[in-house]
Amino acid sequence: MKNTKKVNRFRLDIWGIAGLVILITYLLFLVYPVGNILKQSFYTSELGFSIENFSKFFSMSYYSDTLFNSFKVSITATFFALIIGILLAYLFAMFDFKGKKFLRILIIIASMSAPFIGAYSWILLLGRSGVITSFLSRIFGFQMPDIYGFSGIVLVFTLQLFPLIFLYINGAFKSIDQSILEAAEGMGVTGIRRFFKVVLPLLMPTVLAGALLVFMRAFSDFGTPMLIGEGYRTFPVLIYTEFISEVGGDAAFASALAVIAIVIALSIFMLQQVVSLRFAFSMNALHPVGTKKVTGIKKVLVYVASYGIVFTAVLPQLYLVYTSFQNTSGMVFQSGYSLDSYLEAFSRMGNSIFNTIRIPFFAIILVILFAVFISYLAVRRRNAVTSTIDSLSMIPYIVPGTVLGIAYLTSYNTGIGGSGILSITGTTMILVISFAVRRLPYTIRSSVASLHQISPSIEEAAQSLGSSKLNTFFRITVPMMMPGIIAGAILSWITMISELSTSILLYTVNTRTVTVAIYTEVIRGNYGIAAALSTILMIFTVLSLLLFMKVSGKDEISL
Amino acid sequence: MTLIKIEHAKKVFDHTVVIPDLNITIKEGALFTLLGPSGCGKTTLLRMIAGFNSIEGGDFYFNEKRINDQEPSRRNIGMVFQNYAIFPHLTVRENVEFGLKQRKLDKKIIRERAEKYLKLIQMEKFMDRKPEQLSGGQQQRVALARALAINPEVLLMDEPLSNLDAKLRIDMRKAIREIQREVGITTVYVTHDQEEAMAISDQIAVMKDGIVQQVGSPKSLYHRPSNEFVASFIGRTNMLNAELKHNEEGIAELHLQNGFTIPYPKLNHLDDQQVRISIRPEDFIRVEDTTSVDTFKVRIEDSVYLGLNTEYVVSLTDKHHIQVTEESSFDEDLNVGDRVHLTINTNKINVYCADGLTNLSEVK
Ligand SMILES: Nc1ncnc2c1ncn2[C@@H]1O[C@H](COP(=O)(O)OP(=O)(O)O)[C@@H](O)[C@H]1O
Ligand SMILES: [Mg+2]
Repeated sequence: MKNTKKVNRFRLDIWGIAGLVILITYLLFLVYPVGNILKQSFYTSELGFSIENFSKFFSMSYYSDTLFNSFKVSITATFFALIIGILLAYLFAMFDFKGKKFLRILIIIASMSAPFIGAYSWILLLGRSGVITSFLSRIFGFQMPDIYGFSGIVLVFTLQLFPLIFLYINGAFKSIDQSILEAAEGMGVTGIRRFFKVVLPLLMPTVLAGALLVFMRAFSDFGTPMLIGEGYRTFPVLIYTEFISEVGGDAAFASALAVIAIVIALSIFMLQQVVSLRFAFSMNALHPVGTKKVTGIKKVLVYVASYGIVFTAVLPQLYLVYTSFQNTSGMVFQSGYSLDSYLEAFSRMGNSIFNTIRIPFFAIILVILFAVFISYLAVRRRNAVTSTIDSLSMIPYIVPGTVLGIAYLTSYNTGIGGSGILSITGTTMILVISFAVRRLPYTIRSSVASLHQISPSIEEAAQSLGSSKLNTFFRITVPMMMPGIIAGAILSWITMISELSTSILLYTVNTRTVTVAIYTEVIRGNYGIAAALSTILMIFTVLSLLLFMKVSGKDEISL
Repeated sequence: MTLIKIEHAKKVFDHTVVIPDLNITIKEGALFTLLGPSGCGKTTLLRMIAGFNSIEGGDFYFNEKRINDQEPSRRNIGMVFQNYAIFPHLTVRENVEFGLKQRKLDKKIIRERAEKYLKLIQMEKFMDRKPEQLSGGQQQRVALARALAINPEVLLMDEPLSNLDAKLRIDMRKAIREIQREVGITTVYVTHDQEEAMAISDQIAVMKDGIVQQVGSPKSLYHRPSNEFVASFIGRTNMLNAELKHNEEGIAELHLQNGFTIPYPKLNHLDDQQVRISIRPEDFIRVEDTTSVDTFKVRIEDSVYLGLNTEYVVSLTDKHHIQVTEESSFDEDLNVGDRVHLTINTNKINVYCADGLTNLSEVK
């Protein structure tokens, strides 16, 4: 292989122009708003340059405690998600039992739903007047422990995030060769001891990567603690409430919080880079680990554990489907069943359903367009401009959704720099762009990966046959990248339709999505409508997932 | 038909000169091979001809036309790559038609031409398959048809057989040779495999460190290598130090270090000097009756029976080891430790000056 990372000079050909357009887009919609947040956090018109906002945060425990709380819930939830995720992956890899494929799909569905919907459903199940709570106290006189606050957040995060760990580890198990396990057995290391001495160390790189991802998700999630946290405030909740609070939200202070969030995310991101380098080793399994038949009590345990875990993970979704058909009045579920909740959902929130298709659809088109060009520029035409684009495109990794939402709101309210140009607040465009920007890094990574699979000599072959560079790009390169990109785009689509943290800040009545509608309906206590909308969202997710599997030809998802 | 002329070609990668100053002329319709060890710049030169590498100096001509500044897509070249570079999302037929479509030819002509070349490579049965259903050898045939279908001025092939297994490699090189003859296209062929080069080429340029060591037919490269590098790269040889001296009668003689003397009147005109001699293993001849010829004694250290030949490693009295090949026979019975007498087929040896850079036998 030739060294293709060679740096070229910038030239103003078609690629140069594409590069400039992309660069300007990034400057307008990423560098400017994020820079604006930075500026706001350090600079006020009254005080000039100051770090007052930061000292206010760190000196008052009312604020700084939220950071501590966030770390506490995120670490705890990551810990439990690891245990459950690894256990389940181990059961899947080692034992033979029925319905694995079905369970795997359920797990994927569980991982794809918006966490706050889980929180809402768990309140219905285990909350003060939840069905399980009242059932237990009525029959057994048993008092459920309080699920609001710390324990509730951890419960929801754990159940929401262990599927990610499972999917990671499940993939990693495939690269462990059966012979390694047999070798361990030959040396007398079996069972649980073999798991800790041999299997776990081999899985370690994946475990760490998964743990960091899960931690990040937990740390930046805002809907769950908002609903189930009650007095237990986490950092994203603080950012949101400081910014949005009715009595003169403090944009400068919220910006300072946003900067702190970015710094934390950046540290974790860098930690992840270091960790993945440090622990990376490659394995290749000629004969992946084979499953074993189990019998007797062991068989019962395997079934109970695997089905039990998966059932618990999808229980909130299922329960919402059930309640969506119940008669409801406000927060109270009545006896009898009907489609009333759906009718009401359509009549009052119909546009949100349309928006949930429309907005992510436009965003996906943008994402695909940009990802194809950016990855091509970054891989095949490296120069100063494309390297800059490549680095810029990674910024959204470290900007939590809430922060991006705040940045967009404060930056485009009166147009760029207050000029009235691009005053897009409240439009569909602002949502489309924010969705696209947030999702781009993931799609770029996967396009870069699929581009690396395409040998440059294929493009050269086309050129030698008389095809111009542009023609080669559209006729050869793009079609070859497409299957990977489409599959990635569908995954992006799924994450977009359940996105809350950015859209909750940027929506208006005309641009609210189903996710936003569910959230606001839950807050308003319209549980029937919320359940119906959740069910609709779930159907979208499942359909998209089936489409993904059809397109990619796999019943697996790598994240 | 196209004549390729390269004058003073120069290639620099990030401040390292890979090809300093290279001159080659390739005759119309010839199969011309660039041969040399890995990293010597063969691919680099080929890609300069194709237009995928920039040219830092010199001129490249197809006939009278200077092509230095032409886009690859305008040079009208056919190219075959080591990794086949078949378009995986197109069928076999669509692959072959791709280049024709770029030329905006009539639909009917495109179809006919594609079929003609698919027949030529005997792949017409697989026309509607996707490449993933083809073996490596079949993919490479398709790549060849795709390259030829556009009627290119020159055909460029970069190690086209390296990814195939040994048996297929031999079949494919025959096929390439036949098709190239039939189409009569000027071809530049890159390989590091000297046997492949010998089998397929009209002319070979042996390269080392970006410099052409010798250009010639396979036969002249084998029998008259112009320097020590070519002598040892093409086939196998023994390089021995010797002294060139004239006897009383003024006849040049080569004095080997084991004391053996070879009369070598060809070099009478040269002064006495240290030289290097290249003797191929098959040019040592075992002699049973030592009365009529001058011989020297060796001890057999190792032998490998290869069917047609038997290869021996033998040690000279000066402790040097050399390789000797002899046609094998049923009653041969030589064992390690046996001592035998050898002489040398002096017509076939080559004598180089002490630095190995000039073939003295050639200089007139
Ligand atoms: N794109 C490149 N950038 C830098 N150096 C290169 C590049 N391509 C080739 N080289 C260098 O040029 C020399 C010749 O390479 P190449 O032509 O590929 O050799 P060959 O094909 O004879 O094996 C090698 O030393 C190689 O490292
Ligand atoms: Mg090469």
